[in-house]
Amino acid sequence: MTETSNRPLLEVVGLEKLFPIKSGLLGRPGAVVRAVDGVSFELREGETLGIVGESGCGKSTTARLVMHLIEPTAGAIRLEGRVVGSPELPLRSYLAKVQMVFQDSYASLNPRMTVEDSIAFGPTVHGISKPDAVRRARALLDRVGLEPRRFAGRYPHELSGGQRQRINIARALALQPRILILDESVSALDKSVEAQVLNLLLDLKAEFGLSFIFISHDLEVVRFMSTRVLVMYLGRVAEIGPTEAIYAGSRHPYTSALMGSILSMDPDHPTSEAPISGDPPNPIDPPSGCRFHTRCTLAEPVCSATAPPLHVVGGGHAAACHAATPGSGHSRSPGRAA
Amino acid sequence: MIDSSAAVPAASAAGHRAVLEIENLRVTFTGGAKPVRAVDGVDLTLGAGEVIALLGESGSGKSVTLRSILGLHPPRKSRIEGHIRVEGRDVMKLTPSQFADLRGKTVSMIFQEPMLVLDPVYTVGAQIVETICRHEPVSRAEARARALELFERVRIPSPSRRLDAYPHEMSGGMRQRAMIALALACKPRILLADEPTTALDATVQIQILLLLRELQRELGLAIVFVTHDIGVAVEVAERIAVMYAGRIVETGTVRDVIRTPRHPYTIGLLSTRGHGGRIDGHRLPSIPGSPPDLSDLPPGCAFAPRCTQAIAECAHAAPEPRNVGRDQWVRCIQAG
Repeated sequence: MTETSNRPLLEVVGLEKLFPIKSGLLGRPGAVVRAVDGVSFELREGETLGIVGESGCGKSTTARLVMHLIEPTAGAIRLEGRVVGSPELPLRSYLAKVQMVFQDSYASLNPRMTVEDSIAFGPTVHGISKPDAVRRARALLDRVGLEPRRFAGRYPHELSGGQRQRINIARALALQPRILILDESVSALDKSVEAQVLNLLLDLKAEFGLSFIFISHDLEVVRFMSTRVLVMYLGRVAEIGPTEAIYAGSRHPYTSALMGSILSMDPDHPTSEAPISGDPPNPIDPPSGCRFHTRCTLAEPVCSATAPPLHVVGGGHAAACHAATPGSGHSRSPGRAA
Repeated sequence: MIDSSAAVPAASAAGHRAVLEIENLRVTFTGGAKPVRAVDGVDLTLGAGEVIALLGESGSGKSVTLRSILGLHPPRKSRIEGHIRVEGRDVMKLTPSQFADLRGKTVSMIFQEPMLVLDPVYTVGAQIVETICRHEPVSRAEARARALELFERVRIPSPSRRLDAYPHEMSGGMRQRAMIALALACKPRILLADEPTTALDATVQIQILLLLRELQRELGLAIVFVTHDIGVAVEVAERIAVMYAGRIVETGTVRDVIRTPRHPYTIGLLSTRGHGGRIDGHRLPSIPGSPPDLSDLPPGCAFAPRCTQAIAECAHAAPEPRNVGRDQWVRCIQAG
């Protein structure tokens, strides 16, 4: 928790991504999936922002948009106040500062390249001489716990899943980024190996002064890793706030349902009731108003009529729920502004 | 419920009549360059109406053990030794047609991926009717009535309409429910569950776990529940068997294994989760090293190379199970 400056390191404003699913008759526009629908957040220097939500909520699409792997339909990204893609900050120099580690450690690596070449590849593309890049690759291998003499010449298929994910982390660090986006990066690993990689990430973050965007479906891991947490539901931000405010004092019924789905771990008190029923709705045809109203126990007519704005409910804590917004017309709405 | 007064031997169910007995099961896959010993001497007894969780990481042999019960390994590429008895009958001596009678009727299985079970070109209702008619002399109309009852039981909304749906028209959670309905169609007494909730979202996973728990109680099902998630085991099971490198390294009631784990591997696994928020500067406790290569296992305890408690003797021979409590058994020479 070393928030050194007031200006956020990364700002994401009104990010939107529509995927057309089929073109209509005679090339007229057909249905679209609003995968990410007006998402805004900040990432502060040195923090870890966790992103949680169920499949189809748009968390991975958000990561890919921030990484510019796909073009946003609308919205802007600013790094240290400079707009990405503007003359102030060309895409190429932005991409050297933001790197990503994916879930599939094998698909992320070129199977025909030795791990040393894979790590050195990025820096050489960015104009660093080959010998310097190789030197950097070896130092990083050592840093992620793989002895360069034993591992430098190996190919991805000769490594275990945990070792390959260490390679992917080393490769992401080779360009000396400021921000690492970790999209389900430890989800495919066994629990005993996952803990090792999480500890490594914490060490690297402190050592290199990194900031993380940490995306996972595993709520416990997110709680362990994150300074703040963003909860997404069907393409929108449901709630955002400091980790403990989200986990212990959530103000959005969806967040409460997510937290209520964490397995009990107490043999004497197993979970007695599921917090919500049914599956998340199809993102192709999302519910009107608040997208959660079809599964929400607090739903009232206002919820299906209008989409609730993100409303500040506490220090750095905001929720998009009519029941938490003064004057929304919901019977539980607070009388006046908090 | 377990009658805890009965004194019983290792890995057997107190007070239950055994419906499934596995004795010294060894499974070796011979298809590759080197033979791989995936299961190495597993003993397990499941009582009528009892739920056991087989807990382990990838490669621990938990799914291989489960699949052996229904003879799902390719015979030419695998060698299976030991005994598996279902309600007293040795399944390894069954003819293929006797095996087909057993599957679905006495023992049924559910999987992580329902699309592997459900045929995409038939409606779900037709598949359930087909299964019922395969095992029982009933009319198609009767079978359809039972299929509808099953859909209501697994809480599929608008059940009669959904019977005529194709698998791809259902959401993930609903397909999982349909697969459970199909598995229960012929009232099996034993259900084998291979990570049925692993691919589901958290809010859907808890619904399916609670449904399975409820069905198990109502129907008196005996379940072997394979999972890599201790949390899942705690929600559904009475007993846990922890597997590592093809062996059960610790077994006991869920309460005993969770509260007082005795094998260093179980202790390590439990410490890697359930920590809540992080206090700055704290790290997760972790197990060093990586899971062993099953084609090149050490002669002694397979966990010894990763174990912080290991002594020279651990490398000599694989430890035998030791009793460390009423019904808790551990394969570790330093336990007990």
